[in-house]
Amino acid sequence: MGWLRRQRYLLDFILASLLRRKGKNLGLLLVYSLIVFMLASVMLFTHALKREMGLVLQASPEIILQRIEAGRHALIPEDYLQKIGRLRGVTARKGRLWGYFYDPAVRANYTLMVAPERRLADSEVIIGSAIARTRGIGPGDYLTFRAHDGEAYSFRVRELLASDTELFSADLVLMSERAFRISQGVTEGWYTDIVLSVSNPLELEKIAEKLTLRLPDTRPILREEILRTYDAIFSWRQGILFVLLLGAILAFVIFAWDKASGLSAEERREIGILKAVGWETGDVLRMKFWEGAILSLMAFLLGYLLAYLHVFHASASLFEPVLKGWAVLYPAFRLTPVIDGLQVATLFFFSVFPYVVATIIPIWQVSVTDPDAVMR
Amino acid sequence: MRIVLEDVHKVFNQGRPNAHEAIRGVSLSIEPNRVTCLKGASGSGKSTLLSMIGCLSRPTAGRIHLGERLLSGLPERFLTDIRRHTFGFIFQQFNLISGLSVLENIMLPAYPLAPDHRQLTATASALLDRFGLAHKARNPVQWLSGGEAQRVAICRALINDPRILIADEPTANLDTRLSRDFMEQIRRLRESGRTVLITSHDPVVFDSPVVERVIELCDGRVVGG
Amino acid sequence: MLLNPAIMALILVSGVVLSMLLLAAGFAIQLLRHWDISSGSERQLRLERRTYLISTLLAWAFAAELVSLLLFVYNAEAMSGQFVGAMCATGVLNVNAWGWPTLLLKIAIFFSGASWLILNALDNRGYDYPLVRLKYRLLLLIVPLVAVESGLQLRYFLELRPDVITSCCGSLFSANARGVAGEVAALSPALAVWGLAMSGVLVLAAGLRFQRTRRGGPLFGLLALLAFGIALAAIVSVISPYIYAHPEHHCPFCILKSGHGFAGYLLYIPLFAATAWALGVAVVAPWRHIPSLDAAVADGASRLVRRSLGMFLLFYLAAGWFVYSSPLVMQGVWW
Repeated sequence: MGWLRRQRYLLDFILASLLRRKGKNLGLLLVYSLIVFMLASVMLFTHALKREMGLVLQASPEIILQRIEAGRHALIPEDYLQKIGRLRGVTARKGRLWGYFYDPAVRANYTLMVAPERRLADSEVIIGSAIARTRGIGPGDYLTFRAHDGEAYSFRVRELLASDTELFSADLVLMSERAFRISQGVTEGWYTDIVLSVSNPLELEKIAEKLTLRLPDTRPILREEILRTYDAIFSWRQGILFVLLLGAILAFVIFAWDKASGLSAEERREIGILKAVGWETGDVLRMKFWEGAILSLMAFLLGYLLAYLHVFHASASLFEPVLKGWAVLYPAFRLTPVIDGLQVATLFFFSVFPYVVATIIPIWQVSVTDPDAVMR
Repeated sequence: MRIVLEDVHKVFNQGRPNAHEAIRGVSLSIEPNRVTCLKGASGSGKSTLLSMIGCLSRPTAGRIHLGERLLSGLPERFLTDIRRHTFGFIFQQFNLISGLSVLENIMLPAYPLAPDHRQLTATASALLDRFGLAHKARNPVQWLSGGEAQRVAICRALINDPRILIADEPTANLDTRLSRDFMEQIRRLRESGRTVLITSHDPVVFDSPVVERVIELCDGRVVGG
Repeated sequence: MLLNPAIMALILVSGVVLSMLLLAAGFAIQLLRHWDISSGSERQLRLERRTYLISTLLAWAFAAELVSLLLFVYNAEAMSGQFVGAMCATGVLNVNAWGWPTLLLKIAIFFSGASWLILNALDNRGYDYPLVRLKYRLLLLIVPLVAVESGLQLRYFLELRPDVITSCCGSLFSANARGVAGEVAALSPALAVWGLAMSGVLVLAAGLRFQRTRRGGPLFGLLALLAFGIALAAIVSVISPYIYAHPEHHCPFCILKSGHGFAGYLLYIPLFAATAWALGVAVVAPWRHIPSLDAAVADGASRLVRRSLGMFLLFYLAAGWFVYSSPLVMQGVWW
């Protein structure tokens, strides 16, 4: 009880004194919030991207089989589907057709894909919304490609892809198999790769092993591996940005140290008075740490809130090119907001912790002011 | 509580070339419920002596007793604890914290003791009432006149209901009339059963009938009283 | 692996905490050399003021260690996707030999730090600081513990290599090389439950005895440590499976996740707090004979033992509740 009440008195005093020195603390608060903002933006953004990837990949097949020719990915013959033979645990297998297409008009790469389940007519396509935006077209309009043999083909846009998966469908063009084969020059009997569905995840590795034995010129890629790789890659990207930001954090630490030790004569006199009228060193220490706590809390909340808005409402416009780093067609996506304990704890150690450590010694130096200093 | 000093020394910058012995062997006994004045020129060591008696600092050598307790040798943490329960301080420059209200300034010494807030406010208001400052309670202290600031300083010194009141050159920033008023307030405090210890080289103080004993200091030694 | 932000944070913190402790240890050595409470010299005054700095440094250092313990577990959890065969934090800690020792050392540092801070708070209430030399010697003993922990943690992270796709060959050749055990080897459930019940009765009895008679403080602390160890084993072997409603799922970390209603916090927070306070009783109780500490010991120890008992009770009730309310029925299998 008494302890709580004492903290309340200290808090009271420090709030009053923070308000009296608004200007001085505002500068610190600003820099502090900026640090939190930058770190939190990077974290929220990569984390949300990672999650989005995971969600999309959930729907993709468990195993992708690619043929390798001279160490490079090559087309796979249709008869491989038969050559695979019976494999226990494989519930479905089919060949896929996809590829890239460079559109000089907007200087961007599209991803072309055959989507049999959409039942597209040979002259129809479904396109991602980023393509629609850059080309300024909508359903009913025509999209013209220059095919591999120099012919131009026009397709009617049947519909746009739903924008909730825009991060991955922005540059996508779906077409029929015949249209793909003709325009891209992939002859009958060949696929880009083969996908296999496996219901029991425990059998995945065994199946992959059998595949490499039966078809030595192929490599199976497991969905789990893709997930693992994305996970690691996003952590690395985030880490690299953090390393770059370490310089800023260091500058902030020096700034905080300087602010905490460079008290004005007025502030020093105040501490002297407090000590003289009966405040103990520990009371002054606690009071100063409360000041730090209030500042930290405000900076943390402010920085985090701004980062949240930046990432989830402004599409992280500051970091987009660095972190996403692919294609000219930027998806205008809304990430699903996610916050987790690991992120907040990490953020805490990159912002609040350095601040506290930087201020311990200056605060202690102030708090041991001689109580009789005011009498001299 | 009787205060007894035995051969007290205070050295500043000990062990360095600029070492300076401010107090050189003072032995004293200060009776309770009296008004005692330490008189001396500036640099005579009276403030240093006062700060040691008031637990603001520790003697380099010698002993100080407060009633039954030995003060010298106590760590700062415990000196502070004794100080805030036993002593009230009035300083030369009033030393109020500007920007805070009169009421907040008065309540400041009680914060670390954390009494009930309503009770504390009531005590502070009662004190302000007694010194005719009730209408200024919410004003910031920088709006006060010299005499008012002095009275606020007295109220602050009394907030923890100390047995002993210590005043360091209290009249240095007051004119003669306000100084006389101050001595009048001291008389009333003395009547309420408090021990008062003042340092001064102002004749209004040490010649005042309120002062019962004058101790004269010179170069860190007691030369009279 | 070092570029993972959480890992960077953990390494940064352990480095900073270690330097804070080294700084404090440096001051402690000076203090042990020159301390003379009876002296009124300026040096003694400086040393006394240093004690505030040392206490502050240590309080923050140990607080940071506590948060880093949490972060360490969260991070292991989050990285489970990056290792073949690691289902959750347990698997990630098993990736190399240094994961578990780091975690255990972090826990040990938490308890020694808490005990030290309680001893320090007690000593600060004796006007002649009677335990000052003892506590700073003890501090010097904690420093190597933190140094070893920092080293182990660094080694753990340096040797952590996630399994990612390489450009030459797709898959799985990483997988068959090493299968990470996803689960902790479990104790026999019946034995664990008996142990849990026995240690619970013993520690509560010792606490109550101390509260009545003011005797057996160190014994209470010792029993609390024992009860803590048994409780961790019981969480792995019995309580977790009941929370997961799955007899083969023993992970002590997954219970911290939202999928299981954050049940782990209701177990771990009371358990850690109870043990820390019980250790506090053990370090406070023996100093009753020192006159300047008499009152502080009586006051402090009774408060600590009350809190500790309350927390132990909460832990055992929570554990019992999780077992009782679980849909899992193991009659005839385990008992």
